[in-house]
Amino acid sequence: MDVWSGLSLGFGNALTLTNMGWALLGCFLGTAIGVLPGIGPALTIALLLPITFQVSATGAFILFCGVFYGAMYGGSTTSILLNTPGESGSIITALEGAKMARHGRAGPALYTAAIGSFIAGTIGTLGISFLGPVVVDLALQLGPAEYFSLMILCFVTVSAVLGGSALRGLAALGLGLILGLIGIDLQTGQPRMTFGVTELLDGTDVVLVAVALFAVGEALFLAWRHHDAKQQVLEVGRLAMSKEDWKRSIGPWFRGAALGFPFGVMPAGGTEMPTMLSYYFERKLVRPKYRHEFGTTGAIEGVAGPEAANNAAAAGILVPMLTLGLPTSATAAIMLSAFQSYGIQPGPMLFTTQAELVWTLIASLYIANVMLVVLNLPLVGLWARILKIPTPQLYAGILVFATIGTYGISNSVVDLVILYTLGIIAMFMRRFDFPTAPVVIGMILGPMAENAMRQALTISQGDWTTFITRPVSVCILALAVIALLGPRLWGLFARRRGLVP
Amino acid sequence: MVLLGALCLWQASVIPTTPLYAQVGPKFVPYLVGGLVMVIGGGLTLSALRGGWSAQMEEVRDAPPTNWRALGLVGAGLLANLVLIDWLGFVIAATVQFVLVAAGFGSRRPGRDLLIGLAVTLGAFLAFDKLLGVNIGAGILEGIL
Repeated sequence: MDVWSGLSLGFGNALTLTNMGWALLGCFLGTAIGVLPGIGPALTIALLLPITFQVSATGAFILFCGVFYGAMYGGSTTSILLNTPGESGSIITALEGAKMARHGRAGPALYTAAIGSFIAGTIGTLGISFLGPVVVDLALQLGPAEYFSLMILCFVTVSAVLGGSALRGLAALGLGLILGLIGIDLQTGQPRMTFGVTELLDGTDVVLVAVALFAVGEALFLAWRHHDAKQQVLEVGRLAMSKEDWKRSIGPWFRGAALGFPFGVMPAGGTEMPTMLSYYFERKLVRPKYRHEFGTTGAIEGVAGPEAANNAAAAGILVPMLTLGLPTSATAAIMLSAFQSYGIQPGPMLFTTQAELVWTLIASLYIANVMLVVLNLPLVGLWARILKIPTPQLYAGILVFATIGTYGISNSVVDLVILYTLGIIAMFMRRFDFPTAPVVIGMILGPMAENAMRQALTISQGDWTTFITRPVSVCILALAVIALLGPRLWGLFARRRGLVP
Repeated sequence: MVLLGALCLWQASVIPTTPLYAQVGPKFVPYLVGGLVMVIGGGLTLSALRGGWSAQMEEVRDAPPTNWRALGLVGAGLLANLVLIDWLGFVIAATVQFVLVAAGFGSRRPGRDLLIGLAVTLGAFLAFDKLLGVNIGAGILEGIL
């Protein structure tokens, strides 16, 4: 199916009342959780997974994608008004945005963030529509050996390249891989690592792990460091942007989107890197007249660019997820497990076997984007009010939903014990600056990688060189090695030459 | 500093738990992962012994001291839920948890929290139970709901 017929089919489906309803609900929820500090899209989608028992796959995924996009929009509101990023992609927005807000320019900052998100989201969604089928064509040529190599690359980039320390990232990944191993082996039916506990035979549930990491761990960590200080929510003020603001924002919007999307598509996904790059670019490119605003009164370019990059990257993340079945962020990993719970195998076949679902999903992304702009601009006052929910009740509520999300699935106290234990581990991980996303990715991608590896070995009749004799596979593996060791070797080299003290 | 180092060390030593498995055939990957994790754990221990990294982190240096009261109350909330959920049902257990956690985060009005908690848990229960058909277990409130 070509892009145009796909899109027209998709829009035909997505514009029905039910699907629009799901999109609206997703956008609303997504914005709300994006605004609230401490809960992100990964946790929300994990908690919403039970709806996969009741709702059709299309409806559920429209809802999830609405949440995913919405969280990107909502995050900027928190960054600007509270100077606390609502999620990791908006850390940079907080730099300039909060400064603008402190100088009475919160309105234009929110406005440029929303419009920038819209432009970048639309560009990103266009990217998905046109790049997706191309990637699928390429992906159909790949065998299990190449898949395995791709997954290894994904592991390396997600854990070792992003984040502060490769060692800690890999440690988090290792924890995820171990969790993924628990349960019955897919190919032989042997139980592994269950320690004789029958409840563990089914494997650990993704929902459980995600909730433990993102809700219980987070709440415990905050309690550990809790002190009774009130955070001040800055006033929104006048919303409209002046002509000057528009002129200064347009460039950063498009540059940010152009920067963000490729980063999202690459298996090294994540929204932190492109937002940071966009910020540095805008800082360099800004007209000298406004340069002094960076870091002092807050420059609008520093909000517009990173916000656009953030949303474009979020859209880009969906490309490897839909076409290759490779999740590159925690949220994508959880969406992937939702596909699995419908018995749908994400991967290159998805565009042919589930064409209707995929194109409806893509069409609803366009719709969600429009909805989000409409939802965000006039309602910004409402979102600002959400920020005033007091912390005690907020976290108490989050923990209640965490409990219902896990206990509701299995009715088993064993699961709750696992939940809280993992939560405590997650608290220490937060405390010692271990990233948590690699845990989820390792857990979901680990078994898939194992399967691909064993299939490849079966095809090659146990010949290990299959991974390094197939040209594509060896290239991908080489990339992974470079990504892992490159920065370190470069650092060593630079020190030798005395470039860095 | 010494304490921090010890905590890091403990963290590191928790991670290299070699997986437990018994059968032949599917054993390879667990071995691989186990080995990998051992190596990483070793590396972590090493860097922890060298003084750790957390002392350099801005966030940790400026952080307020450990709030045992908050941590204890939140922990008590989780524990209460664990103990109560099987025989009192979700709604009551989660409400108790709500009040304790809220108190842990510095709320001073347990009465109001009780009401909010009850409303939140009831709402969540009904949403999951009736709309999504997920059976949560009403406990002793079974007859009323």
